[in-house]
Amino acid sequence: MIRDPKDLKRYNASERANHWVVGISFILLALSGLAFFHPAFFPLTQLFGGPVWARILHPYVGVLMALAFLVIFLRFKHLNRMTAADREWLAKARNMVDGNDHDMPEQGKYNGGQKVMFWVLALCMLLMTLSGVAIWRAWFGFDITVVRLGAVVHAAAGAVMIAMIMVHVYAAIWVKGTIRAMWYGTVTRAWAKQHHRGWYRQMTGK
Amino acid sequence: MALQSLDILRRSATTTPPPGVRKGVEVAKLIDVSACIGCKACQVACSEWNDIRAEVGSCVGVYDNPTDLSAQAWTVMRFAEHEEKDRLEWLIRKDGCMHCADPGCLKSCPSPGAIIQYANGIVDFHQENCIGCGYCVTGCPFNVPRISKEDSKAYKCSLCSDRVAVGQEPACVKTCPTGAIQFGSKEDMKDYAAERVADLKRRGYEQAGLYDPQGVGGTHVMYVLHHSDRPELYSGLPANPSISPLVSLWKGFAKPLATLALAGVALGSLFHYVTKGPNEVSKEIEDEIEAEDKEGTK
Repeated sequence: MIRDPKDLKRYNASERANHWVVGISFILLALSGLAFFHPAFFPLTQLFGGPVWARILHPYVGVLMALAFLVIFLRFKHLNRMTAADREWLAKARNMVDGNDHDMPEQGKYNGGQKVMFWVLALCMLLMTLSGVAIWRAWFGFDITVVRLGAVVHAAAGAVMIAMIMVHVYAAIWVKGTIRAMWYGTVTRAWAKQHHRGWYRQMTGK
Repeated sequence: MALQSLDILRRSATTTPPPGVRKGVEVAKLIDVSACIGCKACQVACSEWNDIRAEVGSCVGVYDNPTDLSAQAWTVMRFAEHEEKDRLEWLIRKDGCMHCADPGCLKSCPSPGAIIQYANGIVDFHQENCIGCGYCVTGCPFNVPRISKEDSKAYKCSLCSDRVAVGQEPACVKTCPTGAIQFGSKEDMKDYAAERVADLKRRGYEQAGLYDPQGVGGTHVMYVLHHSDRPELYSGLPANPSISPLVSLWKGFAKPLATLALAGVALGSLFHYVTKGPNEVSKEIEDEIEAEDKEGTK
């Protein structure tokens, strides 16, 4: 069902499904991971059938997320190359956050902030995967120094990743008309013209 | 199960004070390596009392049997042959949990109540709360805890906390035929060790001394060593054990700070929305698009 046939297609069905596989596995991983991160979050293990199940399941969900994330990464990396306009956007990001987006430079499909997010998340995902393997005792037995380093990196990269995703989710809530792009794939032309004018021109030829 | 007659000093993954109204005596086990004959009666007593049986292995060319600690072998004798001044010394060390005053296992454990440090100094694993993550192994400076392959729970020497709680000595102490393993208050054990060290020094072991490493706040299992200047001779007993800086970083102040930072991001987002309002598509741009559409239909 298309509300307006002139809406712009931002994501196809496969990209959306891919995103939600990453999204769901991230939520499961964050909840179970936080439980082991600090005692304050330990009761979250009850969501997974108790602490032992949380410990068993967490790494397998991690493998799923790493694979699904890799597919997203390969799909979108060419759209996330940093340009001069992105750097200018980042320099003015404070105005944007302050609620004034009138003199922001023209952005393509992704703005500078989204691109920074993309690369930071990709780096975190790489670190999480490597360190996660290092501390996965059910299958691996690495040297104790590697395991200790893995534990530190896993906790630190995990905290950064959770913070980044909170910003990611909030940005989607804050910028009205955004979330539909991940539900059914389209955005209005007005949305595109305001937030991603370069992409709007490319899509409409205007 | 926690022993209700023993007070608790620390409880894993717990940020509020544990029960501790009683003021008990710190205990210690003293292992006098110079008096050990390597009979392994302590291993057998441990196995009997705790009702654990390590799988029967095969001879690997040394006396060590079993060759390593396991979920079913909480103490093992480690035999080292050391040559010095044309003399062969057989350095036999009873290995097992050291019951650190500052236990790296407890610091690392994410599961509330899976590791308990009693006020008397015993560090005990409560397997019913263990989730099998192996963080205790990551945290231990002595490489002691073992994860069982059958149930994925961590096991190690309990210093016979059940016996100690009712006024008995650990099973290994009870059975040792040479008196090489002593048990009592930590103060008494230090006094006894001082006598043994003086005796060893008289016999020519000038570097004899007590192994009670301060890097982990002291231990509740101590050794009398002939070569206390070189503990590594005793099958790799660490000279200056301490909780790894990586483990301290992992489980130290960074975590509460990161937790606060995450809460800050979540609340910051909420208040940003409440104070700045949503970022909506402007009326002008919507009108522009509408005008374009009208022009297009003309």
